[in-house]
Amino acid sequence: MSWPVEISTLESLGQQLVADSAGAVAGYSLAFGELTLTAPVSRVVQALTLMRDKFGFAQLIDLCGVDYPERPQRFDVVYHLLSLTKNQRLRLKVQTDEDTAVPTATGVYPCADWYEREAFDMYGIFFEGHPDLRRILTDYGFHGHPLRKDFPMTGYVELRYDDELKRVVYEPVKSVEFRNWDFLSPWEGADYILPGDEKSPGTGGPHPGAPK
Amino acid sequence: MADDASLTTLSENEIPVRKFNINFGPQHPAAHGVLRLVLELDGEVVERVDPHIGLLHRGTEKLMEYRTYLQNIPYFDRLDYVAPMNQEHAFCLAIEKLLDLEVPIRGQLIRVMYSEIGRVLNHLLNVTTQAMDVGALTPPLWGFEEREKLMVFYERACGARLHANYFRPGGVHQDLPEALINDIDDWAAAFARPVNDIDKLITGNRIFKQRNVDIGVVTRQEAIDWGFSGVMVRGSGIAWDLRRSQPYECYDEMDFEIPLGLNGDCYDRYLCRMQEMRESTKIIRQCVDRLRKTPGPVLTEDNKVSPPRRGEMKRSMEALIHHFKLYTEGFRTPEGEVYAAVEAPKGEFGVFLVSDGGNKPYRCKIRAPGYPHLAAMDWMAKGHMLADVSAIIGSLDIVFGEVDR
Repeated sequence: MSWPVEISTLESLGQQLVADSAGAVAGYSLAFGELTLTAPVSRVVQALTLMRDKFGFAQLIDLCGVDYPERPQRFDVVYHLLSLTKNQRLRLKVQTDEDTAVPTATGVYPCADWYEREAFDMYGIFFEGHPDLRRILTDYGFHGHPLRKDFPMTGYVELRYDDELKRVVYEPVKSVEFRNWDFLSPWEGADYILPGDEKSPGTGGPHPGAPK
Repeated sequence: MADDASLTTLSENEIPVRKFNINFGPQHPAAHGVLRLVLELDGEVVERVDPHIGLLHRGTEKLMEYRTYLQNIPYFDRLDYVAPMNQEHAFCLAIEKLLDLEVPIRGQLIRVMYSEIGRVLNHLLNVTTQAMDVGALTPPLWGFEEREKLMVFYERACGARLHANYFRPGGVHQDLPEALINDIDDWAAAFARPVNDIDKLITGNRIFKQRNVDIGVVTRQEAIDWGFSGVMVRGSGIAWDLRRSQPYECYDEMDFEIPLGLNGDCYDRYLCRMQEMRESTKIIRQCVDRLRKTPGPVLTEDNKVSPPRRGEMKRSMEALIHHFKLYTEGFRTPEGEVYAAVEAPKGEFGVFLVSDGGNKPYRCKIRAPGYPHLAAMDWMAKGHMLADVSAIIGSLDIVFGEVDR
């Protein structure tokens, strides 16, 4: 029960999980002293049940989405499990897209209920079989899924109190556009035309005379 | 709402009773923040609880994706604003894990000491306001007097009473002055008395016991199934504390006990918190003791991560470049994913950090302990009286800064 868990222990745990799962756990990787497993989306409940019943991972610590818009399967759903008896942690990842529903984990871990509602609210990931999949953190009547990478940080609407109507009203965002600095140096890395550099030969790259 | 079918089947001398829906909150002093509970009552007995959260949702996780790591630390103060530094701690640990960064021992001691101060701050607030929820007004007044002293320690370390922004990846921002360490020691030595005073006032109190004993019972299995952590599992008798089982910083060198409850009710959780304050004081005194003996840096000296001192920045070109780069672009982290957790006063506070190799987190999921605790509100309150709802919320230890993020 020592901590941190030895890499070799995690490695053998990963191997055993993949071997015992009959394909429900597709593979494993180790990074930063942590074990990450992947599973096909349709068999995630099977994988979680196996981890809970055979390997002692009795607690679902966290469930969240991650968005990679450039991938065809743009979402990761990440499960963090904890074993109180073996003192181990693991991470299970499945990939899905905007239309494919992930089977709900509420049957395996009841606390998945709110986590899945949050993932649905923030990313629009659907969970099949969830008892009550509605928004949880955003406002009543909110549109869109705010943690998607294509959702602007400033949002689309802003709220203010209208003195004539004597109530709060929603309006499109009028504030100054958020300036997202890329911090790339013009001498290295920047691959766009810098302001004032338009006439320099060769589009895109830095000036040919510029030091590498 | 009564349906007509059930009305027709009533026998002669029965009076039709309709179910009652009430809104508890969002502005209710016992809701500990902006919580809206939609309660379905049968007379005075709770049948269903539907917590509506998100009234304090600020989109912290979204905002973090647009800011550098250093700019993100203050967001963590604003999660659980009752014990701000414990949250920063988890974020710093996650970054350190990504960067494989060592924290100097003095920095570790200061962090541990302030995390324990945060625990006392949190428990003082929770225990005393729980007493207030069930009708006692004196405990919060006594508890807040002690909290005030602790917030002054916060202020003397970092300049802010609440939103500290003190922890940094690789240590803490500044060293503590000698006088502050002495004052913390004096406070810790004297703190036994106010705890005992509060103890005497509440623990044996008939009303407090009537309102808390056997209320909101959580069995061991339920605590595990519902992803509970912290006092919520320890109150049910599960010996689990991340400081002991998965030690971070120098907790494995500290001598402290972990109090456990027996029955898993609101009263046992209260007792755990009282005892934890005493244990935290022990840790604080050990840290003070060691801080006096261990001079040295409090922040890693790797200038690719930690900014140089200001005086140095004025004289050295190298330091100036580092300073400029760190406060504009910030540092970059290697690509990958890490999960780091601390035993925050409310339970396991975790940070799942996904880095794409840039200077900002690609994704940062904040695992707040209060979130699964509040999700359990429905079955915990079922069958209890309406008045018990506030006792249960009190003992869940909910702060909406972290639940709503």
